[in-house]
Amino acid sequence: MYTSKELELLELLEEKGYLETKLLANLLATDEATVEAMLEKFKADGILLGFRAMVNWQKINRHDVTAFIDVKVTPKRGRGFDEVAERIYRFPEVTALYLMSGAYDLQVVIRANSLQDVASFVSDKLSPLDSVVSTTTHFKLKTYKHDGILFTPQVEDKRLNITP
Amino acid sequence: MKPSGIRRFFDLAQTMENVVSLGVGEPDFITPWNVREASYAALEQGYTAYSANAGLLELRQEIASYMTDRFGATYDPATELIVTTGASQALDIAFRALLNPGDEVIVVEPAFVSYGPLIELAGGTVVPVACRAENGFRLNRDDVEAAITERTKAILLCFPSNPTGATMTGEELTEIAELATKHDLWVVSDEIYAELSYDEPFTSFATLHDMRERTIVVNGFSKAFAMTGWRLGFTCAPEVVTREMLKVHQYGMMCAPTLVQFGGLEALRSRDQHVPKMVKSYRQRRNYFIQALNDAGLPTHVPGGAFYAFPSIRHTGLTSEEFAERLLLEERVAVVPGNAFGASGEGFVRASYATSVEQLQEAIRRIDRFMKQFEVTTTATDSQR
Repeated sequence: MYTSKELELLELLEEKGYLETKLLANLLATDEATVEAMLEKFKADGILLGFRAMVNWQKINRHDVTAFIDVKVTPKRGRGFDEVAERIYRFPEVTALYLMSGAYDLQVVIRANSLQDVASFVSDKLSPLDSVVSTTTHFKLKTYKHDGILFTPQVEDKRLNITP
Repeated sequence: MKPSGIRRFFDLAQTMENVVSLGVGEPDFITPWNVREASYAALEQGYTAYSANAGLLELRQEIASYMTDRFGATYDPATELIVTTGASQALDIAFRALLNPGDEVIVVEPAFVSYGPLIELAGGTVVPVACRAENGFRLNRDDVEAAITERTKAILLCFPSNPTGATMTGEELTEIAELATKHDLWVVSDEIYAELSYDEPFTSFATLHDMRERTIVVNGFSKAFAMTGWRLGFTCAPEVVTREMLKVHQYGMMCAPTLVQFGGLEALRSRDQHVPKMVKSYRQRRNYFIQALNDAGLPTHVPGGAFYAFPSIRHTGLTSEEFAERLLLEERVAVVPGNAFGASGEGFVRASYATSVEQLQEAIRRIDRFMKQFEVTTTATDSQR
């Protein structure tokens, strides 16, 4: 359904983030109009969802809190896990939500300003939901790597300037 | 014997700050972690002794199956493969084994800086045959035949080429193979850039008709696996010459470092995980960079492999060395003058695109500025395929 050129464009964008159309066209040995058409198609098909910067907030000492909450739920007849998932991901503090195999059903990732905010999210918003059976909350202590990007200092180019 | 022509620029460029270097003949990737980890684990487990002279049998077996799967060439790991400290040492033992004093070797130029000196160190005489720019730096059969004499012992080929990036199809190579048969010559085929072929599938010279028994294939881990500093290569050749090369190797080197060989083993086993990704990335950068050089007024043929652009600088009226030196001093972009790769490289410079897209874009901005002073009148039609 998608050509190898289209897939190559997606892989390139996933790795590099936003790049100018002209540069994309040159990298893929095609023209700008073709790249624009591919991008439009990906957006229309809900495949290309947007571009974001990867920010290392640890560097500027912002004291926000990220929590990973394992949630066991009772699925609903006919709608499975989707209905409760929808009720959870609508909360703006939820930054990610996954349906998991294994010991629990949903993994909720939330970013909040403080431990208290996480606590009140769990006790006031998440636990009272009818389908939610139990929650286990873990706090993130440090990010080493996220989405393939290292959060520790990068290795510089160790090559000499000129080699044969 | 002169020191390598690259050396002088190396010394100059090393002392300068804020240099965008296109002078590097090696990948910008770091060796994949699983490969580094495998070597680390071997150290931990105490694999610190010599290996067999020809290399770990396990590694030779893996190389043999790689040669079969990837290129359709069949070699006996026990008698036809030698693991070396880089393709450079592989070339060294090949020439020491092949050459008698006064034997001539046809060297396809522009060529990697070590070829000539290695042949001379082995007592041979270099007979350069130039690949012409108007032919996309592919080798012309008649040019080779014109250079063959009674003393010609071997032809040294390197496609994809360092420094031009040129490639040859199986059909084109067959014409050279026919010459080798006709004049009873050995062929040393440096296939270090084999994996980095972007447009046409790579043909190993040894797989051509009648060539297996007269070809020494030299390959290694540096380019395809981003392992330059490990110094790991190998030869694939019929037993009759492998036996002789092994003597040179066992007295001169003993064996390739054992820890490094364990890294190579892991690299081959996990090649599908890493090599295609790196190749795709080089291809994208090639596409961008060649177009950008042509747009900047430096006519550049589209290289089918390796990671080098070889633009013509003739219309600037400068020699290759003057161009490279002024580009370095005025705009702090390091390229290698083409004459470092033989007389036929004069009028060109080698620019490696094995660096980040951001660095390439910065290099192009600087080259653009630099080229303004030459009132260039060339157009994209000057570029050759």
